[in-house]
Amino acid sequence: MNESIKANPNMGRGQISIDNVVKIYDPDGAAVMAVDHCSLEIAAGEICMIVGPSGCGKTTLLNAIAGFHSINSGSITMDGQMLCGPGKPQATPGSDRIVVFQNGALFPWKNVLDNMMFGPVMAGKMGIKEIKEKAFSMMADAGLSGTENNFPGELSSGVRRRVEIVRALMNDPSVLLLDEPYRALDSLTKSVMHEALLDIYYKNKVTIFFITHDLQEALFLGNKVAIMTSRPCKPKKVLTVDIPYPRSYRVVTDQRFRDLMEETSELVHEEAKKSFAAGEREG
Amino acid sequence: MKNSNDSNPTAKQRQLSFEIREGSLLAKILSPRLFLMLVGFILFLGFWHLAVEVWRLPRFAQMPALRTVVTEILSPNPTYGISIFVGEYYQHILASCLRVFIAFALATTLGVPLGLFLGWSTKFREYVFPVFEMLRPIPILAWVPLAIVMFTSLEAPVIFLAFLASFFVTALNTMLGVESIDESYFRAAKCLGAKDYQVFWNVVIPGATPFIFTGLQISIGVCWFSLVAAEMVSGQFGLGYIINTSYTNVRYPTIIIGMVTLGFIGYLTSAMVRAVGKRLMQWRMRELALSGN
Repeated sequence: MNESIKANPNMGRGQISIDNVVKIYDPDGAAVMAVDHCSLEIAAGEICMIVGPSGCGKTTLLNAIAGFHSINSGSITMDGQMLCGPGKPQATPGSDRIVVFQNGALFPWKNVLDNMMFGPVMAGKMGIKEIKEKAFSMMADAGLSGTENNFPGELSSGVRRRVEIVRALMNDPSVLLLDEPYRALDSLTKSVMHEALLDIYYKNKVTIFFITHDLQEALFLGNKVAIMTSRPCKPKKVLTVDIPYPRSYRVVTDQRFRDLMEETSELVHEEAKKSFAAGEREG
Repeated sequence: MKNSNDSNPTAKQRQLSFEIREGSLLAKILSPRLFLMLVGFILFLGFWHLAVEVWRLPRFAQMPALRTVVTEILSPNPTYGISIFVGEYYQHILASCLRVFIAFALATTLGVPLGLFLGWSTKFREYVFPVFEMLRPIPILAWVPLAIVMFTSLEAPVIFLAFLASFFVTALNTMLGVESIDESYFRAAKCLGAKDYQVFWNVVIPGATPFIFTGLQISIGVCWFSLVAAEMVSGQFGLGYIINTSYTNVRYPTIIIGMVTLGFIGYLTSAMVRAVGKRLMQWRMRELALSGN
């Protein structure tokens, strides 16, 4: 692993254990098993990519960690603390685990600066002046200076995503939960966003739980990649991407990267076919 | 039409170049929008004139002619008593405006919070919404007898009726506004550590604002509508009162004057609500401007 990641001030925060989690949806009497005895270990400061076809139940897992949904059995712990499990079916949402949403959730009625400041202002632990200074320095770090007075609607979707990630980092979270954040972006913007995300990761060393259906994205960003089965969702194969950070976009043409692609694409393709045959819808 | 070719024009060049600034009075006069609006008015008034005085259509036999109405409204000594030179005219306008103002202000201060809570709290909605939905479809005119019985003064029943119509529209639109807010904003706020009351201030209220203002525009319209209805039934002053008494006293041009005045003032109040909305929703305006609307 790269030296800069070893020297992580946040190291030891954001270690997540998912243990035998089961989630059954029961919308109209017909029980649908979304997640089936799913177990996964995510080390602190790791980028863990969850790959699976659309609608396989990946988001359900994310929602359980974030505390938006309950689970039926099993448990999820973070840094030794139980988030949800026996006796507490639903985790409490909090600023230690911040979600970056599929369609973006910057508040359109607040400008970029107010969006950035939202979390710390809610927490009320810092003075407004301090928060503002932090926001400006984080925006400068992420190359977002000059956007502070814009409303999200005035920014390109790529910039919006970056703002949303930095808004999350303003709260010093233990883990960032990203739910296909680059889904709507074109592939050129996407590759720029990937490098920007890694850049943010090198600087902040936060654990990242990243959901995607794009295998190349997963292998490029992740140091752990979990390929999930189609509904019900559980890891089919978990592999470590042994390509050192920092990675540049050129990595994708390396032999090692292509080997990994070859090794895994068959697995993903199988699941995609299964999901297609089952008629799963997007989501 | 901006002279943006030269990045640094000299003062003289700038002076010489003839430019129509966006938003200037001249630009407004020359815009095709104003021209089309004028054409629309001319066609409408032209039809009125022809139908009454030239073609003498049977349906329009009792209708006062355009010329009659214009001379009446501009006359210092109006035949039927009401023109822009008569103080009584303004008394009626003032009476109606004051009632609408009170009714609309009350309806907004009560309707918006009610709608916000209806949309936000499921429990509150389960208590209140069924009653609300039972009362809402009752036509305002059906409330007239009860209003007169409930309120002893002359003003209060009229204001109450205008308030009622306005209130239901505002509350309903506000509720729909809260329901229209994407779930992910609530989740994001929770993730970022907002407590319930903070979610209410930072997500529910601003998120519902576009719907609230759409609602307020409809609300000011129905406020005028029900006010005039109420004034026609029970009133001592006001534009609805003029229209009704002019009908019973066969002063037909005055009816038209009352109607035109209502149209004009109704448009003005609606524009005022829209302007306030635009001021409060800079983010929305900029977003719409970028999407080309």
